[in-house]
Amino acid sequence: MNGIEVILENCIGCKLCVKSCAYDAIEVIDKKAVINEKCTICGACIEACVKYGAIKITRVTFKGQNISEFSGICVFAENRNGKLASVVPEIIGAAQQLKKSLDKPISAILLGNNIKPLADELITYGVDEVLMIDNPKIGDFAEDVQTELVTEILKQKKPEIFLGGGTVFGRSLLPRVAVKLLTGLTADCTELEIDSGTKLLKQTRPAFGGNIMATILTENHRPQMATVRHKVMKEAEKQEGYEGKITEMNDIPIPEPKIEFLEFVEEQMDTVNLADADIIVSAGHGIRDPKNLEIIHDLAKAVNGAVGASRAVVDADWIAYSHQVGQTGKTVNPTVYIACGISGAIQHLAGMKGSDIIIAINNDPNAPIFDVANYGIVGDLFEVLPELMKQVK
Amino acid sequence: MKIVVGIKQVPDTTNVKINPETNTLIREGVESIINPFDMYAIEEALRIREKHGGTVTVISMGPPQVETSLKEAISLGVDDVLLISDRAFAGADTLATSYTLAAAIKKMGGADIILMGKQAIDGDTGQVGPGVAEHMNMVHVTDIRKIEEIDTENKTIIVERLLEDGYVRLRTSLPLLITVVKEINEPRLPSLKGKMKARKAEIPTLTAKDLEIDLERIGLNGSPTQVMKIFSPPKPSGGMIFNGEVSESVSALLKELKNAGLHLSNVEEN
Repeated sequence: MNGIEVILENCIGCKLCVKSCAYDAIEVIDKKAVINEKCTICGACIEACVKYGAIKITRVTFKGQNISEFSGICVFAENRNGKLASVVPEIIGAAQQLKKSLDKPISAILLGNNIKPLADELITYGVDEVLMIDNPKIGDFAEDVQTELVTEILKQKKPEIFLGGGTVFGRSLLPRVAVKLLTGLTADCTELEIDSGTKLLKQTRPAFGGNIMATILTENHRPQMATVRHKVMKEAEKQEGYEGKITEMNDIPIPEPKIEFLEFVEEQMDTVNLADADIIVSAGHGIRDPKNLEIIHDLAKAVNGAVGASRAVVDADWIAYSHQVGQTGKTVNPTVYIACGISGAIQHLAGMKGSDIIIAINNDPNAPIFDVANYGIVGDLFEVLPELMKQVK
Repeated sequence: MKIVVGIKQVPDTTNVKINPETNTLIREGVESIINPFDMYAIEEALRIREKHGGTVTVISMGPPQVETSLKEAISLGVDDVLLISDRAFAGADTLATSYTLAAAIKKMGGADIILMGKQAIDGDTGQVGPGVAEHMNMVHVTDIRKIEEIDTENKTIIVERLLEDGYVRLRTSLPLLITVVKEINEPRLPSLKGKMKARKAEIPTLTAKDLEIDLERIGLNGSPTQVMKIFSPPKPSGGMIFNGEVSESVSALLKELKNAGLHLSNVEEN
C-alpha cells in the first residue's frame, strides 16, 4: 500500500490494528498484519500499535509557500445584520489561548456594510488589528464576494493561523478559501493548542459522530486553517480600553456577486435556534403523539430553552427538520440538554454528546441515553415533566 | 441538463455499538453504505432530470469496493456511474479529494449542476463540496433544503439554504454545485428493473493516470493536513440516576443541579 507499511519484524500479529480499523482494511495473515486497498491512511492503526511500532506512514507532501513568511493569528469575524456571529467571541477566546504560547498578535477580518461599531467591539474582545472592508457592496449573504476578499486579505497579511466559526457560513466559506490558498483546513475543531516543541497548531476534532477524536496538523502549508465548533471554546472577555487598531483594506477590488440574495425567512417557532441555545429540551419517540409535544414546548419556555427532537419525531412529521438533533440533523453543544423519551441511538448521541450536562428522562432504565447522561430520571415523561415544571416554578 | 452527483461510501454506523469499558467503537462486521446525506443528493438529481431532462452521473472516489455503492445508485435509476480508484489516491484529505474529483468531472466534460450531501458521516467535514466547486471555478451553495425553480433557458436557479436561525432564498446561475440536507426530499427505493440493471452493470473506473492531474497533489502527498493522533473520547463518568417516586426524583434532580451551580428556573434572569 502506498504511504503506509507494516514493519514485519515489529509485528507480532496481535490484531489490535485490525480492531482499530473502521474500514476493514487490515488482515492478519501468517501472524503478520497486511494492509489492503480499502485503507484510507487515517492513522487509527498507528495509535493502536503504539506499543510495537509496527505500522508506519511515510509522506512527502507537495511543496507549499515559504512558511517562514507567515506570522500571527487571524480570525474571521462573521457578522450579519449589524451583529457579530455569537461564535466570534469564542474564536477570539481560542485565539487568545494560542497567543499565550505563540506571543504573536491577533488580527480579525471584518467584512460588511456599516460595520465600524463591530470593529470597535472586536478590539474590546482583545483583537490587536481589525482588517476591515466596510462597503455597501458587501452583503450579509454575499458569500462568494466575501470568499474572494478573505483570500486576498490572507494573501497580503500572511497569518500563520486562520480560524473561522463552525457555522453554516464558516463551513462553506473557509473550505473554498483553503483551496484557493492550497493549504490545509480542519473542520469543526473542539480543541486548539500550540505544540510546545514545533509551535504547530494541534487541531483536535471529533469524527465518526463523536466516537473518535483526531488531532490534525498542517505542517508544511500556511495558514494553518480551522473552523471552530460553536459553544465549545470559552468566550473572550471584554476589556474596555484595549488598544487595537483598525486597518481598512480598501485597495482590494470588490468582485461582482454571483449569488443574489432574495429573502431571509426566520423560523417561526420562537425558540428554534438550537445552535445558540444554552438549554435544549428534546423530544423522542416516547412522546407518542404530536399533541404531546406541547409539554416539551412548555418546559422549553419555562427554562428559556430551545426545542430539539430525535429523528423519529421528525420523520413522523411531528416537528420540522430544523429541530432535528443527531447525525443527519444538527450537532448541538448546549449547557444543558434534557432528553425526554429519547432512547439514545448512536446517531442521536452523535449530535448531542458534547453538551455540558445531559439530563435523561425515560421509562426504560436500560435505555442507552442513561449511559451518557449526567443525571437521569427513570419514569413516565408525562408524569415527570409536569412535576418538573411545577418544581422549577 | 448534465447532472453529476458525488457520493462517498462510509461505514454504516446504524448497528455500531460502543465498547462500554474502553469507550471505543466496536467495528467488527460493520457494513458499508452510501453516505446518508448523499442519498438525498441522488434523489434530487433524479427529480431534476424528471422535470428538466438530461442525464444523471454518479461519481465516487474510493477503493474498488465502492462498486457496490455505485451499483446501488444504478438501481435507483441514474444513467451512468464512474469510480475514481487508485492506490495513489489513498490518504487524501479534503484538498486532495476535491482536486481529484474535480479533475474527474472535468474529464467527463463538466456539469451544469453538481450535487453532494451536506457532509459524510465518517469524516463530518463538509469541505469536499465547496472544494470541488473552487477547483472547477463554479459557484456553490451549501445546506440546500429546497430547489424552488430552475430556469434552463436562462440558466438560473433559486434555492433555499438552511441556516441556524431560519433559511435564506438565493438566486444564482448554472453551472452550480450544491450540497443538500435531509429536508430536501424523501429518497425513493430501488426498482426491481433497476436492481436487475445494477446486477449486470460493469462499473467504469478511472485511475490516476487517466486523469490530467499533478501526481504530487493527490493522495497522502497531496494532503496538507495530517492526522497526528487518533484517540477515543473520555468515557462518560457514570451519571446519577433517580428511579424512585416521581416527585422525589424530580426534587432530587433539582437539588443536584443546584449543588452543581445550575438553576433551571433562573436561567432567564442570568
